[in-house]
Amino acid sequence: MEPLLCFPDPLPAALTVALREAGHTLCAVARPEMVDAAEQASTKDGWGGAVVSTVEDPSEAMALCRHVRRREVPVAPLLLVVAPHQIGDLALRDELFDDFCVLATGAGEIAARLEHLLWRAGQGLRPDIIEYGPLALNLETYQAAVAGRVLDLTYMEYELLRFLAAHPGKVFTRETLLSRVWGYEYYGGARTVDVHVRRLRAKLGEEHAHLIQTVRSVGYRFGQVGWLPAST
Amino acid sequence: MYGVQSQRDYVLRTVEERGIRFVQLWFTDVLGTPKAFNITPAELENALDEGMTFDGSAIDGFSRVQEADVLARPDLKTFQLLPWHGEGESVARVFCDIFNLDGTAFEGCPRHALRRTLDRAREAGYNFFASPEVEYFYFADADPRHPPEVLDTGSYFDLTVADRSSDLRRRTVLMLEEMGIPVEHSQHEDAPSQHEIDLRYTDALTMADTVMTVRLVVKEMAQQKGAYASFMPKPLAGVQGSGMHTHLSLWQGERNAFVDPDDPYGLSTVAHQFIAGLIRHAPEITAVTNQWVNSYKRLVSGYEAPIHISWARNNRSALVRVPVVKHAKVDSTRLEYRAPDSACNPYLAFAVILAAGLRGIEERYELPPEADANLFALSPHELAAKGIGTLPSSLNDAVDQMERSKLLADTLGEHVFEWFIRNKRAEWTEYKSEVTQFELDRYLPTL
Repeated sequence: MEPLLCFPDPLPAALTVALREAGHTLCAVARPEMVDAAEQASTKDGWGGAVVSTVEDPSEAMALCRHVRRREVPVAPLLLVVAPHQIGDLALRDELFDDFCVLATGAGEIAARLEHLLWRAGQGLRPDIIEYGPLALNLETYQAAVAGRVLDLTYMEYELLRFLAAHPGKVFTRETLLSRVWGYEYYGGARTVDVHVRRLRAKLGEEHAHLIQTVRSVGYRFGQVGWLPAST
Repeated sequence: MYGVQSQRDYVLRTVEERGIRFVQLWFTDVLGTPKAFNITPAELENALDEGMTFDGSAIDGFSRVQEADVLARPDLKTFQLLPWHGEGESVARVFCDIFNLDGTAFEGCPRHALRRTLDRAREAGYNFFASPEVEYFYFADADPRHPPEVLDTGSYFDLTVADRSSDLRRRTVLMLEEMGIPVEHSQHEDAPSQHEIDLRYTDALTMADTVMTVRLVVKEMAQQKGAYASFMPKPLAGVQGSGMHTHLSLWQGERNAFVDPDDPYGLSTVAHQFIAGLIRHAPEITAVTNQWVNSYKRLVSGYEAPIHISWARNNRSALVRVPVVKHAKVDSTRLEYRAPDSACNPYLAFAVILAAGLRGIEERYELPPEADANLFALSPHELAAKGIGTLPSSLNDAVDQMERSKLLADTLGEHVFEWFIRNKRAEWTEYKSEVTQFELDRYLPTL
């Protein structure tokens, strides 16, 4: 099994013992920026999951969660261990972790919860992600990346890209895109779609601009004809 | 389908995900000067829900007798990261509309003025698109105590080695592309150190926002390399000034309303009437498209700037040019209005240009004959015989023309109309009382 990423370094002793007894290899890091080096040094196939305690240093712990969850392949499952007074801080951060326990919980229960998370992850529980070639869209966090480079999109650019990438190979007319993506009247009318496609292509960069193809006198198509996502 | 709520979520989430430290709320005063205040992510949610109240009395064209406070409300569609701020110090911007505290649109907000005019076009069934060519100069600095110092001696389409100003332009274009602003074309212009960036068309409101962004990015990229970029209309005597020739088209859904393949010019009746509207109202709108004393130093004979009120296909001395389009590309049929300069307020300039064209359509103006000769070569007598007038020759002249225009009062709204005229009269009075170097050189030794 792949090692578990742990924070902070060292993890509380009782927890370390319980997780080791459950058969996990642990790799603790002291700061978020050490994650990538630790990963290279200790595992070929990425992390098996993560246990992050926010008790000692909440802001560094959250920074670490953000770091590992906004990668193209986010670390999962991620179990958060929090102090009772920190529960309020979890609001609106749901994408940063898969489950949490309060520190007062016994180490045995924490290990059991982690086992359950690992089991669920094995069942294909993954963040909502659309991937096509070099492009990845995280629907939960609204972030898009091409070849690992995060794109700075406006809201409408993101929505257009999301709609297109969710229907690869399919040709859409400008009118359809306008009604499905914009859904309301807009100053540019159907030509607005052209404008946004151009802006998206500019942001994708020359190398990836071809992901959105112009279909002459019809409209636009994302990706190649006949491509089906592997999961369907 | 995706309403304000999900736009709001998108913005808030992106701010958290990307570790954004500051959000700049951008707006524009009546003269087109960019204004901004910075808020932290903590203040953002409140700004999105309720807007930010500020004292407008210090902003050009925002002051009123009754109430000083106004409200800036972010237009969430325009939320965008500013990529020149590096990792770890991320900054985003969002354009704002200005409202009164009671929630009504604030009369002094240029974005509202443009939006009102676009709404009128839309009621008539048209979407208005604009595509400007922004010209500007790079100088060593902005110190007015010595003449502007150019960075190179290149010229039109020159390909030179290690040309510092062309390098600045290239960096700028890459940055714009990264921000999703496609550049049609960019080049070294006629004059030394003068450059041009041609933007791909968008709806006019987005384009006015884009022009504001482009000016900022041009200046920012220059400043990073210790240079200064200027949009002053005529910074150097003896070489051409910086214009903002703007290509215009009207669309009805997917159809270009300016196209008629059976017309000898390939232009529809709507296009004829739009041109006629521009020709008839050009003198009235010039104070807005060319709003500075210095703007009229550009609009002189002998350079590429127009002075004669005329239209033509291949005549670059005309005010309205109809670019010849390839047979297979009739959709790119458009008009080019050549008067505006790069230092105009793009919101107000696009609003008055559109209003002039729409008036032509509404009133079914007749298109005057095409100007086939080089107008610069004709005598005043010959021009008069052809019925060709000239643009205002000074800011004073232009404001006189504007003041008599109901079209302008209606388009800009009373508040902006009156403030603008007051402000420009004051600028002219100050200018008129100056004794210039020209006068000293010419008169002191002899008189």
